[in-house]
Amino acid sequence: MILMTWKLDSDRPIYSQLVEEIRMQIVSGAYPPGSKLPSVRELASDAGVNPNTMQRAFTELERNGLIETRRTNGRFVTEDGTLIRSIRRELAGEQLTDFFHKMEQLGYQKQEVLSLITSVYEEESLQ
Amino acid sequence: MNYLIETNGLYKSYDKTKAPALNGLTLKIPHGRIIGLLGPNGSGKTTFIKLINGLIVPTAGSVTINGLGPCPATKAVISYLPERTCLQSNMKVSELIGFFADFYNDFSVEKAQTMLASLDIDPSAKLKTLSKGTREKVQLVLVMSRSAQLYILDEPIAGVDPAARDYILKTIISNYSENATILISTHLISDIENLLDDVIFIKNGNLLLYAPAEQLREEKGKSLDAYFREVFTC
Repeated sequence: MILMTWKLDSDRPIYSQLVEEIRMQIVSGAYPPGSKLPSVRELASDAGVNPNTMQRAFTELERNGLIETRRTNGRFVTEDGTLIRSIRRELAGEQLTDFFHKMEQLGYQKQEVLSLITSVYEEESLQ
Repeated sequence: MNYLIETNGLYKSYDKTKAPALNGLTLKIPHGRIIGLLGPNGSGKTTFIKLINGLIVPTAGSVTINGLGPCPATKAVISYLPERTCLQSNMKVSELIGFFADFYNDFSVEKAQTMLASLDIDPSAKLKTLSKGTREKVQLVLVMSRSAQLYILDEPIAGVDPAARDYILKTIISNYSENATILISTHLISDIENLLDDVIFIKNGNLLLYAPAEQLREEKGKSLDAYFREVFTC
């Protein structure tokens, strides 16, 4: 079992943060497609949260199709690679939208941002 | 729906010349919830807990557990961690386990031994030779080794260091029996708030609020701890 470090913020509903964390683990491949997930109780205990809250997060992930319950066998990550990739793409899109907003606030034009990305990327690779 | 605990106008006064400790509490607590009983010192938390356990009797009003007033049948389904220890300090930890096993049908010796081992507590030690924090851990292990319907923990982590606190909370999560309700009284809200389904705020013996924890976070946009500080500013 992979041990996650759960960073939970008490100002926001816990279950939605659990959904985000688990979704990230699935999208990043830490929980590979088709792999079995730990039980609600195990994950709840690991994260220091209420099992009912973890259950609610699982229900939400099931609704999105990212995890599925096989009767008597437990919960598994979906084997639908297309779905996982599309959610990954969606999350990347959100990050980029955020990023472009911030760059706009700093006064950069679209073209400038693109060339800045290239030059910072090259600087990083040199290090 | 069948409630685990129901109180109706529960009222307790220790001294007629003074304000009551509990001023007519009416609420219904279901099965399968982890509930924080929160309030400042002297708000009536321990009085409420003692009434549920039948250690004191109400001045007026009533409390029932599974529809029954406090009696041997209700005590058999409640696992209670009192605020102050009631254990014989010259007993060894292993003897206490035997004592609890004799007393309660639902006590699991195996569970207790596993928890003690994972907390690094020597079963052959006498209670009085242990530190305050370790004694608290032993008590909690004894209480959580029962498979009760209701666990009542009165200030369970007050004397324990923060690292052990996390571990203890995890112990609570992994060991309480399914469909049981846990009622935790504490003022260390930030340590336990991620664990709670619901919170009960009481002040001066009155019920201020009984609501789901997630709903409060959503509505108030702040942690329970921050909200508590706001509600109970002096």
